[in-house]
Amino acid sequence: MVSAIAWRLGTVTDITDETTTVRSFRLDVPGWPGHRAGQHLDLRLTAEDGYSVERSYSIASAADGSSVDITVERIPDGEVSAFLHDTVVVGDRLELRGPIGGYFVWEPANGGPLLLVGGGSGVVPLMAMLRDRMRQASTVATRLLSSSRHLEDIIYREELDRLANAGDGLEVIHTLTRSQPVGWTGYARRIDDRMLAEVADPLGSSLRAYICGPTALVETAANALSRLGLPPDRIRTERFGPTGT
Amino acid sequence: MADPMDDATAAAMVDGNALAGMLASVFGEDVTMTPGRCAHCQTVSMVGELRAYVRGPGRVLRCPACGEVVLRVVETSDSVYVDVRGASYLRFSRR
Repeated sequence: MVSAIAWRLGTVTDITDETTTVRSFRLDVPGWPGHRAGQHLDLRLTAEDGYSVERSYSIASAADGSSVDITVERIPDGEVSAFLHDTVVVGDRLELRGPIGGYFVWEPANGGPLLLVGGGSGVVPLMAMLRDRMRQASTVATRLLSSSRHLEDIIYREELDRLANAGDGLEVIHTLTRSQPVGWTGYARRIDDRMLAEVADPLGSSLRAYICGPTALVETAANALSRLGLPPDRIRTERFGPTGT
Repeated sequence: MADPMDDATAAAMVDGNALAGMLASVFGEDVTMTPGRCAHCQTVSMVGELRAYVRGPGRVLRCPACGEVVLRVVETSDSVYVDVRGASYLRFSRR
């Protein structure tokens, strides 16, 4: 079968530092069948002795021919993320399969209003949704609540500012949980019930929510939205585990 | 929950999505939207909604409603074992 399941080779065509620990990789993947925002791909690294290891990464880019971006946080002791950060250079080829997953997917045709909640690198699949929303000139009312530790840890900060200033119905709300710059007017604590209630309120009661991040953050946000009365079928979650995989 | 878990184990939980690639290689299609019924509490969940515990030697997918094990997956060098005792069914659409 055609498919998402076959392993393919992608060539790294660009590498971008997003923060000190987060880097984006653009891959050119001949035969890539296209993807929907929120899907992911599996990367497989194989050593000369045959030892191999796989990791799943959210796709960061909107569908664009054979080009696919992933954004990877360097995890301490992370076999794959360390290799990607420390060893991979433009021109290298990587083994991958995808796109995978139909559960944590949003497309402009799915409508809204849309509440996106991301913690740390959990913003990556949400960024794919925002990029696809922009690409398709969607004006679906959308709010992104992004939680980061420090200002310099915000992934895609400049692009998010640009998207939010486009005047097409997107608002981006940041919370900084560890330190805040002088004059910071955004939230300055971990996501909690009150914050979610405030962020969700302008979207009304018919919103759809997509929550991605560390497991504890996703649990907190999903439970808070349930308590606000959002039915389970309008809450989609993607948990990374303790700090990501 | 059926099995008491320590905080570290609970925090290691991810969504069934995390196993999507490997399960797709077994079932021949993406199963994240495939509904399955928990044999314990009868709740129907999509595979992508199951709670996945992937840090051990095998991967375990648990029911989000009752916490019981629905699917267990163990990979060896040449095979993948899928233990489906915890599911009373998985429903695949005809195509």
